[in-house]
Amino acid sequence: MRTLLLRSLFLRPVTVPPPAPGAPPTEDTVLIELGRALEMRARRLFGRSITIREVDAGSCNGCELEIHALNNAVYDVERFGIKFAASPRHADVLLVTGPVTHNMRAALERTYAATPDPKWVVAAGDCAAGCGVFAKSYATVGSVSAVLPVDLVIPGCPPKPIDLLKGLITLMEQATAKATP
Amino acid sequence: MTAMSGRLAALLADRPAVAGHHPWPRYEIDHDTWLAVGQALGEGEGDLLGLWGEKDNVHLALRIHGQARPCVVSVRVKIADFPSIGRFHAPAIRLERAVRDLYGFAPLGMLDRRPWLDHGAWGVRAPLGSRPPAARRDPAAYDFLPVIGEGLHQIPVGPVHAGIIEPGHFRFHANGEIVARLEERLGYVHKGVDSLLTDVDLDRAGRVVARISGDSTVAYSFAYARAVEAALQFSPPPRAQVLRGVMAELERMANHFGDIGAICNDAAFSLIHAHCGIFRERVLAASERAFGHRLMMDRIVPGGCEDASPGAARSIQAMLDEVEKPFAEIVRLYDDTPSLQDRTCNTGVVGRALVEQWAAGGHVGRASGRNFDTRRDFPYPPYETAAFDVPVLEAGDVDARVWVRIREIGESIRLLKGWIADLPGGPTRAELPPREGVSEGIAMTEAFRGDVLVWVRIVDGRIARCHARDASWFQWPLLEAAIEGNIVADFPLCNKSFNCSYSGHDL
Repeated sequence: MRTLLLRSLFLRPVTVPPPAPGAPPTEDTVLIELGRALEMRARRLFGRSITIREVDAGSCNGCELEIHALNNAVYDVERFGIKFAASPRHADVLLVTGPVTHNMRAALERTYAATPDPKWVVAAGDCAAGCGVFAKSYATVGSVSAVLPVDLVIPGCPPKPIDLLKGLITLMEQATAKATP
Repeated sequence: MTAMSGRLAALLADRPAVAGHHPWPRYEIDHDTWLAVGQALGEGEGDLLGLWGEKDNVHLALRIHGQARPCVVSVRVKIADFPSIGRFHAPAIRLERAVRDLYGFAPLGMLDRRPWLDHGAWGVRAPLGSRPPAARRDPAAYDFLPVIGEGLHQIPVGPVHAGIIEPGHFRFHANGEIVARLEERLGYVHKGVDSLLTDVDLDRAGRVVARISGDSTVAYSFAYARAVEAALQFSPPPRAQVLRGVMAELERMANHFGDIGAICNDAAFSLIHAHCGIFRERVLAASERAFGHRLMMDRIVPGGCEDASPGAARSIQAMLDEVEKPFAEIVRLYDDTPSLQDRTCNTGVVGRALVEQWAAGGHVGRASGRNFDTRRDFPYPPYETAAFDVPVLEAGDVDARVWVRIREIGESIRLLKGWIADLPGGPTRAELPPREGVSEGIAMTEAFRGDVLVWVRIVDGRIARCHARDASWFQWPLLEAAIEGNIVADFPLCNKSFNCSYSGHDL
């Protein structure tokens, strides 16, 4: 382990690097710019950070995999002050996935109730956005907006980590506009 | 055929199989024979592979020990009854409870009469049966099994969990730090998949099947495509067959990387987690470059698959070159860190007898000595002609499950290298033959967590009924056994080493 740690000291981070001046925008440069924009907005509104509580209200777990990826060393959202909390009591944002199932409805409502104001709800993925392929089932209530007031929808099946990040920026824009009338 | 399995084989011998069911035979049997089959399964003569309902029928897929080919048996419900086999063969219990909740059939003599998927929130009972309206119940009202003893306390966890994971409820009874009993309550993400797979066209059913468990979307689409192709007696083009294997192995690698990292993270060893997260990301990025979707959702369809991009082989090869050596180093680190081994060795032990009884697939079975892999034992293209090892260990603990996954990654790399070096040319899609009347197909594929079974009945080119059974059905109950006598703090390790699917189970 010592050699591994020592070598890590001299390695460049795998985290996507900042773009060279004048370079054409690639997905990596988009990512870094998105992150910067997000950081500035989050700072203006929330001080230094926002905290997200993820709620799976019936997803197939595809969205969870990509939300997880936000935390890996490649996307590393924590560098922008975004972090995921274990409890809704610590959250600013509820990130909800899945078509809301009848069996999860009460749990979702209780999670929302446990989140302190001001709070925002983001519906991530096509199921959360419009019930996806699971519409018209006796077991699903519908999209997240059928149960909670949704501030932002991030489409995709599942949304890529980069799309999730873009979505969070949009939310910040909306929230900033709301906070400074 | 072994002497032990004689009775089960004799029960089904000389029966005419239902016409048009491929590739395994299906037999229609009466209630007495159904009971006898259940008893024989309970005595260890075979493996239960699935049990599902349909209008007026209950089907059971099984593998008789000593016979190469599994089969399906079907029983007609009388009024609304069929004999419970859960009382003889415990792995059937939750499946019977699910059939009862969905169809309203009553398994006669069933021991556990609590609802399973029905939490009293649908507004109807038996949504795939007679659909009588039902008053909504408090979703939290559920009779957990009692635990009696001094100094016991309960720890309720979920359905909303602390991490970014799926919902389910775990009820621990603990004595201090030691878990006396864990009982699971699942069904929270029940989306009505069986109803969405009733009387629907092939494409739409395929899109639903691909979303039964997102982490295994390739394995599900693969099984669905093969079941449809079996029913229609059709074989996809050679290039599609190999590309399907490529996708399946990429999916396996990505999931094993993610889980190995997450298991170590649950032991607070975040270094491995960080590195495995990068490996996983590399696999997903290569998958996207090769197949246009990070999870390769909806790429495999009945009749073939989407073609790979022109640079697919090169980008997969580059990814393998990039991860293979660093991963070997991470494996060495895992092996050389006593503080980590202290958490994984002898933790969450599942005995061989249990995995054999439950026919638990994937790393759960193989880490406890069950030598089974669908790819080898019910071979299908492109594995029929491929050479690979199936790692089997005996210890049955978290460490063994980690090692099975580590070695499976090595085998996946080997398979991938062989395939991408020599990809066949030609088309990847072919038109399915039109077919009048009824045809039925069944297929099993090996997802990263174990075998996925898909059964279809096609009537005049439409899916009349399709059912998918996840490996998790036969793994979740073993998690309850694994944690018994362990400390509460080791539950995340045990849970992640299994990584059962909630969505795949809840349907």
